[in-house]
This record gives sequence, C-alpha cells and structure tokens, in this order.
Amino acid sequence: MKKTYHVNEKGYYGTFGGAYIPEMLYPNVEELRQKYLEIMYEDSFQKEFKQLLKDYVGRPSPLFFAERLSAKYNTKIYLKREDLNHTGAHKVNNTIGQILMAKRLGKTRIIAETGAGQHGVATATVCALMGMECIVYMGEIDIARQAPNVARMKMLGAEVRAAMSGSRTLKDATNEAIRDWISNPVNTHYIIGSVVGPHPYPDMVARFQAVISEEMEWQLQEKEGRSYPDHVIACVGGGSNAAGAFYQYLDDERVNLIAVEAAGKGIHSGESAATSVLGEDGIIHGSRTLLMQTKDGQITEPYSISAGLDYPGVGPMHAHLYASKRAEFISITDDEAMTAGLELSQLEGIIPAIETSHALAVFDTRKFKEDEIVVLNLSGRGDKDLNTYIDYFKL
Amino acid sequence: MNRINQKLQEDKKLLSIYFTAGYPSLNDTVGVIEDLEKSGVDMIEIGLPFSDPLADGPTIQASSTQALENGMTSELLFSQLTNIRETVSIPLIIMGYLNPMMQYGIEAFCAKCQEVGIDGLIIPDMPVNVYHEQYQAIFEKYGLINVFLITPQTSEERIRFIDSISDGFIYMVSSAGTTGAKNSFGNTQETYFDRIGNMNLKNPQIVGFGISNHETFTQATNKAKGAIIGSAFIKHLTKNGTKTIDTFVNGVLGN
Ligand SMILES: Cc1ncc(COP(=O)(O)O)c(C=O)c1O
Repeated sequence: MKKTYHVNEKGYYGTFGGAYIPEMLYPNVEELRQKYLEIMYEDSFQKEFKQLLKDYVGRPSPLFFAERLSAKYNTKIYLKREDLNHTGAHKVNNTIGQILMAKRLGKTRIIAETGAGQHGVATATVCALMGMECIVYMGEIDIARQAPNVARMKMLGAEVRAAMSGSRTLKDATNEAIRDWISNPVNTHYIIGSVVGPHPYPDMVARFQAVISEEMEWQLQEKEGRSYPDHVIACVGGGSNAAGAFYQYLDDERVNLIAVEAAGKGIHSGESAATSVLGEDGIIHGSRTLLMQTKDGQITEPYSISAGLDYPGVGPMHAHLYASKRAEFISITDDEAMTAGLELSQLEGIIPAIETSHALAVFDTRKFKEDEIVVLNLSGRGDKDLNTYIDYFKL
Repeated sequence: MNRINQKLQEDKKLLSIYFTAGYPSLNDTVGVIEDLEKSGVDMIEIGLPFSDPLADGPTIQASSTQALENGMTSELLFSQLTNIRETVSIPLIIMGYLNPMMQYGIEAFCAKCQEVGIDGLIIPDMPVNVYHEQYQAIFEKYGLINVFLITPQTSEERIRFIDSISDGFIYMVSSAGTTGAKNSFGNTQETYFDRIGNMNLKNPQIVGFGISNHETFTQATNKAKGAIIGSAFIKHLTKNGTKTIDTFVNGVLGN
C-alpha cells in the first residue's frame, strides 16, 4: 500500500486523531462524520462553495513572486497571498465551507471559539451572509487584548460570550464552545477554527483549506512549468493554514513541508508555544495529539506574541507529520518573527500578520538553494497586529 | 464480586455522591469519603481534577481548579487513598478525564486503583470503541468496572451496545447539558426515564447530572436504581465546609 499522510477511515493520522468526546456529543459528531464527505462533494455544494470563494472571498489568491525577498535570501520565493482574502486571512475558506455544511445539516444556530478573534470574525462574517444566529466564545483575557476584533464581531451581529473558566484564553473558549454544543445538541453547529477537535473536524477543515494548495498547483504550473515547489512553508497554531498549503503535496515526497511554530521567548524559557518540541501525546478538545501539559496531565497555557499561535495543542495531522518526520518543524521566537515582519513590509510592501511573520523568519535561520522554489503561505495581513508592531518597534 | 455489583443487588434505591479530590482543602479527601459513608451514602465518585473538564458545568470546574491549585495530582490522590479500605467499605469510583490517566499510564493507573481498593472508573471522554478495543482487557485484569454514560440523545441501538459491554451500571445523564444542579425535572426527563426504564437493560441505571435535593432524587429513582449528586454537594462543601456532610445527605434522603 502507498504510504499516506491523510486521515484513515477510523479518523486517525498514524496514532493521532480519533474522537475522544463525551457521550453527550456523540450524536452530533457522528452525524457529521457520516455525512461530511457526501455533502462536501455534492455538485450543488461544490458549486456554491466555489462561487462564494470567488465572488465573496476574492479567490484565487495570487501567487506572488517576491523578487526582493528572493534576492536577499538567494532563492526563489513565492508568496501565496491568503492575506488578500476577505476578512484578511485564510480562516474564511473554512468558515464558508462549514456554514454551507451547517445549512445542509439543517442547523440554525452557529457557535465558534476564537483566540485573537480572526476565526471569530470569519465566522461572524459568514453568519451575517447567511442570516444565521452566531455566538462566539472568547477568553475574558483575549476580549480585553483584542478589542477591535470584538467590535467587528459585534458589528457583524454576533454575540461574543466571555469564557471565564481556567486560564480564560483560547483553550477555555474552546471548552466553552464544546459545553454549549453539549447543551444544544439539536439545532447547533460548531464551526471549529482549525484542524483540531474530534474527527471529522481536522479532515473536514483541511479539505476546505486545501483550496490553497489546489490553486498553488496550477499557479506554479503557469509560472514555473511544474505544479509543485521544492518547499512549502507555513506557520502552525492549530495547523489549518499549513494543512491547506500542504494538502495536495502531503503524499508527494518531492515536496519538503516546513511547519513553523512559535517559540515565544525561547523554547525552554517557559514562555513558548512550540507544541511539537514541548508537547506530549495526550487528549485535548476531543483529539489525540501532541499537547503541552504537566507531568500530571494538566494542560498548560502556551505563550506567543502572536495570539493566533498560542494553542497548547496542534492538529493530529501535524502531530503525525512531526512524529513520522514527513515535515520539518522549526520554532521561531517573538523577536525573530517581529524582525521578519518588518523586513517583508519594507522589501515587498506587504505587512503580514504576526503569525505569518513566524513563517517568514525561517529564511534567516535555514538556507535554501538558489534554484529551489519555495512557497510561503502568507496566511494573513497585519492590520489586526498594528498595535503590537507599534509597541514593539516604538513606531 | 466487585463491591459495585454487590451494592447494586441491595433492595434499595442508591445514593451516590461525587466530590472533587483535594477540595475544599488538599487533605480533605479521606475525611469527606469517611463522612459520606457514615451519613448513609451508598457509593462515592472521587473526582480526579483536570484543567479542562469539558463535560462539567461551572461548579465542578471551579472545584477542580481549586483542587489543582491546592496541589492535587493523580500520585497524591493514590497516596491519600492508601489506607482507605481500613475505614471505608462502600464502592469507590474514580471519575476523571482520560488525559491525566494517559500520562500516568493507563495500565499503571488501573493497577494503582486496584491496589488502593477502587472499584470502578468513569471517564467521560473515553469513547466506547476505544475502551472496547484497547482498554477493556486492562480494566478487567485489575478488577475495575468501567461505567458508560448515555444521554437523552443516545440511540436505542447504541444503548443496547453499551449495555452489552457494561458490567455494573449505566450512568444515565438526565438531560442535554453539562454537570450542574437543577431544582426539578420536567416532562421530557420523565418520558426519558420511562423510555430507558422500559428497555429492560441487563445493567441497572443510575441517573446523574442535575440531581440536587430530595425532590429530584425521588423523581430520578422512580424508575432508576439510583442517583448521583455532584454539583449540589460541591456547593454545600463550598458554603458549609466539611463539618455538616450528614445534614446534606439526610436532606437528600428525606430523613
Ligand atoms: C493569520 C493567521 N495565521 C495563522 C493562524 C494560525 O492558525 P492555523 O494554524 O490554524 O492556521 C491564525 C490564527 O488566528 C491567523 O490569524
């Protein structure tokens, strides 16, 4: 049998994945598991999904040859411009897909979790578009840190509920969303924001984000006369933009996959979010994967300057890519990321999200050959991060 | 015979109480267990606190957070329970989430349970099929009964499967929701209790989630073998400390 890095029929990537959920969630998750592939690949679904990605999100996103950046690092760098999507990041690819899924499942109420607010905004956006009730859970601490995104969600008609439990950040917002789903098993769909959670979520979200690498294939064909690059680089919080950028190349070993995690103030500083290095096998939010935890199995709070990367776990696909060594994992500190973000702004006129800046910092730590083609997934734009950049650089 | 099965044979409605180990104070665990038995409780669920208890409502979440801050760990719980069987004879069940048990090592955890005299486990986020395929043999080797949950949404077919792989009792979650105290049950619960009662399952059912007082205890045990109280007891501990456990239990039993 050909080796594959995709999910198997039981919902696992190697030993990672599965659905470790309380019985209360079983009917919902099972319904989704039974129907998601059938629904996703219906002609009418695909037609509506593609139409919205084109006319509403603005896809295809350009594949831009970054000439000055390439010259500086003496290699061929393309940027996949997910930052140009409506709402400013790749997140909307998934929320468009899931809102269409929710409609076909007959659900009328949408819940979501958010950390920095990007996924919350992308969810509130599609709920407004479809006229659906939307409740976004957000940690109390994040609500205070990310005021502009809270305002955006409210303006879009969503209700933002504060998660007051535990550490009052992303993992607790996710717990609260799961508890809401337990209490509202019939009319509600939970739009998870990354390739995390119980099967089938990681696979479903990866398939919606796969549009990124599907476009990369024909765009590279046009520009380079071959449909694959030598390297794909993406930052990893939960792992959805990376899953989308890797998707078409997962089983194509000509392509080196580079996953970039946030090292925070340094991997061993105690303030880090480098899950692959610091994590242990365990269960978080219904998935068996690598997660940061104490020796006693209590989940710990990660740290990164970027609010989109400080998740204590990582999607099961990535845990498997790490354990099987299919992907190269690199961790980047706050300082390295901020420097790389400033550099892209001034070399190419693109201000990246700080999450994406982590991926960009790879060029300073790892050398590529002159004739190699490197695609970097530019997962989001930096508007939301201006205050952090301003504070950091004293602009 | 396992103490749980022995207890289930008694001709009475059973009251089981849940509390969080290491709460209100780190070293309260053993005293609370002893007082519960003396007050006439039939079975105890010792909650192993977890940082991310996603099936629990605010009351048990808060007690778990406090217990962890107090310093509770799996290792410490086992050491607190080392001599528990010298003073306590009712069934003891550990209720906790899978992740801390995985870190301890599932087999090591089960072995330790048997060593200190734990009779069963309730692990809300352990899927039925994973238990069946990976862990059942280990649980059985150490004489532990695993208790599964069913809810008003669980299909009849699935209930029958759960019944077939259970050997003890089935934990009947009273309504869609996380743990938390309710003051009364409505018609939907009554219909659900009746529906399950009429399925003639091989395992008796014990109702949990939302039981808080004599009224809800009586309603829940009308058809079922017993009921489990968690959040309401934690609230009692929070408010009154550990001195008046018998008052709480007598209130529930209507003594
Ligand atoms: C721009 C951007 N990139 C990356 C991420 C990280 O998420 P993921 O790893 O799921 O792509 C986020 C999350 O908020 C984001 O906003």
